[in-house]
Amino acid sequence: MSTHAHDPKKETRIYVATLVTLLILTLITVGASYIQFGSSTANVVIALTIATIKAIVVALFFMHLLYDKPVNALAAVAGFLFLGILLLFTLLDIGSRDGLEPQNLRAPDPAAAAAPAAAPKE
Amino acid sequence: MSTTPADLQHGGHGADGHDEHNAYHQHHFATMEQQFDTSKLGMWLFLVTEVLTFGGLFAGFGILQGRYPQEFIEAHEHLQRLYGATNTVVLLVSSFTMVMAVLAARTNQKKKLLVYLALTILCACIFMCIKYVEYSHKYHEGLLPFQWYSHEGDGIPGSHGYQAFFSFYFMMTGLHGIHVLTGIGFLSWLMVRASRDEFSSTYYTPVDLVGLFWHLVDLVWIYLFPLYYLIS
Amino acid sequence: MEHTLTSAHTGEHPRPEKNYLNETTGIWSWMSTLDHKRIGVMYLVGILTAFMIGGTFALLVRLALLNPQHTLFGKVWVTAEMYNRFFTLHGVVMVFLFIIPSIPGSLTNVILPLMLGAKDVAFPRLNLMSFYLWVVGAIMGVTSMIVGAVDTGWTFYTPYSTSTDGTVSLMVMAAFVLGFSSILTGLNFIATVHKLRAPGMGWFDMPLFVWGMYSTAVIQILATPVLAITLVLLAIERSFGIGIFDARLGGDPVLFQHFFWFYSHPAVYIMILPGMAIISELIPTFCRKTMFGYRAIAYSSVSLALVSFIVWGHHMFVAGQSQLANVVFSALTFLVAIPSGVKVFNWLSTMYKGNISFETPMVYALSFLFLFAIGGLTGIFFATLSVDIHLTDTYFVVAHFHYVMMGSTVIAFFGGLHYWWPKITGRMYNEFWGRLGAVLVFIGFNMTFGSQFIMGSQGMPRRYFNYLDQFQPIHAFSTYGSWVLGVAFLITAINLLASLKTGALAPPNPWGGTTMEWMTDSPPIMHNFHDQPVLEREPYDYRPKRVTHV
Repeated sequence: MSTHAHDPKKETRIYVATLVTLLILTLITVGASYIQFGSSTANVVIALTIATIKAIVVALFFMHLLYDKPVNALAAVAGFLFLGILLLFTLLDIGSRDGLEPQNLRAPDPAAAAAPAAAPKE
Repeated sequence: MSTTPADLQHGGHGADGHDEHNAYHQHHFATMEQQFDTSKLGMWLFLVTEVLTFGGLFAGFGILQGRYPQEFIEAHEHLQRLYGATNTVVLLVSSFTMVMAVLAARTNQKKKLLVYLALTILCACIFMCIKYVEYSHKYHEGLLPFQWYSHEGDGIPGSHGYQAFFSFYFMMTGLHGIHVLTGIGFLSWLMVRASRDEFSSTYYTPVDLVGLFWHLVDLVWIYLFPLYYLIS
Repeated sequence: MEHTLTSAHTGEHPRPEKNYLNETTGIWSWMSTLDHKRIGVMYLVGILTAFMIGGTFALLVRLALLNPQHTLFGKVWVTAEMYNRFFTLHGVVMVFLFIIPSIPGSLTNVILPLMLGAKDVAFPRLNLMSFYLWVVGAIMGVTSMIVGAVDTGWTFYTPYSTSTDGTVSLMVMAAFVLGFSSILTGLNFIATVHKLRAPGMGWFDMPLFVWGMYSTAVIQILATPVLAITLVLLAIERSFGIGIFDARLGGDPVLFQHFFWFYSHPAVYIMILPGMAIISELIPTFCRKTMFGYRAIAYSSVSLALVSFIVWGHHMFVAGQSQLANVVFSALTFLVAIPSGVKVFNWLSTMYKGNISFETPMVYALSFLFLFAIGGLTGIFFATLSVDIHLTDTYFVVAHFHYVMMGSTVIAFFGGLHYWWPKITGRMYNEFWGRLGAVLVFIGFNMTFGSQFIMGSQGMPRRYFNYLDQFQPIHAFSTYGSWVLGVAFLITAINLLASLKTGALAPPNPWGGTTMEWMTDSPPIMHNFHDQPVLEREPYDYRPKRVTHV
């Protein structure tokens, strides 16, 4: 059916190695949470990076994507890609609300109000 | 309807010619292999919808975290890392036993299949027990979601950061917990079917699909754990 | 009419006694069926009922706006609250109960496996479950209409939806259930297209209808889950006040719109792509000509599906979205024009020097081309930031999306319904009444919504109960148009229903189509084909016949 190496012993070894890798990564992520990497954002990024590595390992070996029909991997990638689109554009809006307010909503600049001579240049 | 032990004996490499005899062969598929591949693709598509469902919650959580960074850090101190880490290990081990169960099903090892399925269920139950202990701690401390939040003594007056944190905590771990319970149901169903000799190397689709579902449950937890327990 | 298929499967078998409609009898044999054709027929009955309910509310909305005093025969008959409910129910029923499941659930369910030469869809049980979820969702939706009243509009915008009375939660849960129904349909079609194509049929041998439906299914899978979780959050927000969308609790109402439109903009393509898919079948068949630019149309379907995911912010230009996001979404929205244009030009090129005949489906197809061009081009107005700010929430928007949703999708749906009616029911309808219905739909539609472009550009705001006297003549004209539409659909319904009793028996291939659904009987037997069909020639290959025919 699926194109595994049809050698149960070899497969078992792969799975054990996968489990060990995942446990080590768990240890690392717990350890990393005790260290301050500059800002809290940096810590979140590191934690999420490790989580993503773990997720990829699970998907490739436990979920057999490495050996499976490519279309299944395509589905998985599409899922995360479109989740990324949702996050990207939503955060694009929410993250840029402050910086780009319309001019007319900004509080009047006292310096400009004090110097009316500058106004006719507009 | 079930296959006879004789069928199980000459399973071999799966779909290669003598499919017509398989009791689980549906009429609209030409071969068992086609049927298996189709089911698997269907399962993956379902998992994609799961990813996006959880993804919506992750997005909401992330945005609220951006709004109340300080309070989220304070609120997460109420979660015990030890419980979270233990549960991570338990789920990872259960993923391992699950993949071994799939391997056992594919190689016609009924006993192994049953043992690994039982181990997976055991891990799932341990996970739920720990979750129960955690939830009851929160309950006693008044760290409840929504308007039931009644914890005294922390938080900035008039701000909803704590409440939001625990609302999302309960929604996301709750939805994840529902998935674990569903998984236990499916795994038990697999054990019943396996004990009736319904699976063989020519037909183990349900084992494989439940396996995929179970790994997704693990995968979601892989993200939940650092986001809730490890922010600092 | 000659048959262009050289297949050995056509015409050799005498019309069999048993087909999928009468193979088994009794209500239970239908309710428990796993046959994609029967599920499609049940869907068809369901969505046409929904169309009738939604259409009735539309007529009531138009009637309420007949004059600014809201009188009928000198008496005030409608209040503002009732009006709000009318347009909400019209919107919810038409969007969630009719148009999203319409073409995928009914026509595609019957035709797609036939086109692929398959015996069924990949997961027949999920297919049936999808139908029952639709029924459950429909019952919940109708209950919430009867028990209370939902007056939020179909978009359920916060903060109004979290604070208004009424049975919003039930309606939202109905939409949630309907979302799952839609997901199951999409999942089924993707798996079917990937795995159940007939021997010899590669991706580029598939009919373009299949390409369109495949793209639709991709959107259904990727977008609908986000709507589901958003609606759950909305219901929780309503019940418990979690504070994610409510600004008083520190939430962000615009966030709801982001989540909502992440689904609902692609959902617009769940609605329009199937319409385009049908047109891609009708035009080559009734022009007796090979599709011009087959690959371009196939790729444009898929790229429309993908582009639809990165443009949703154009619904939020005036909603308080950041300026940067506005600019980015505006620029990206223009991308939609490219694949849409590719399709329209390819259809026109197919017609060029074709042997065009004006059977009812082709009349609908021509209406589609005309109305979709208007609907699509007015979309450009809204992609342009500065123009959008002027036109937002006016009747111009109402007219625009009705040209796309109704003028394009619904008209394509009726074109497809007439095209495949002989295949589904085994009967031919009356051609004269069919054409008359199609022409009247076209006239009534343009009267109803063409006039709304004018009102919108003059500043008539949408969803308002009261309006200035100066708009009265145009509003009245629009209402008269809605009556023409009502009559047109009545004629169409009577014509189709009458054909079940009195229509001539349909031959296997009444239109001379080249795709595989015409290679089996009308109506097909239970397992679709007598023998597994094998692809012998590419779709829309009319060349040899045209030489001998003329």
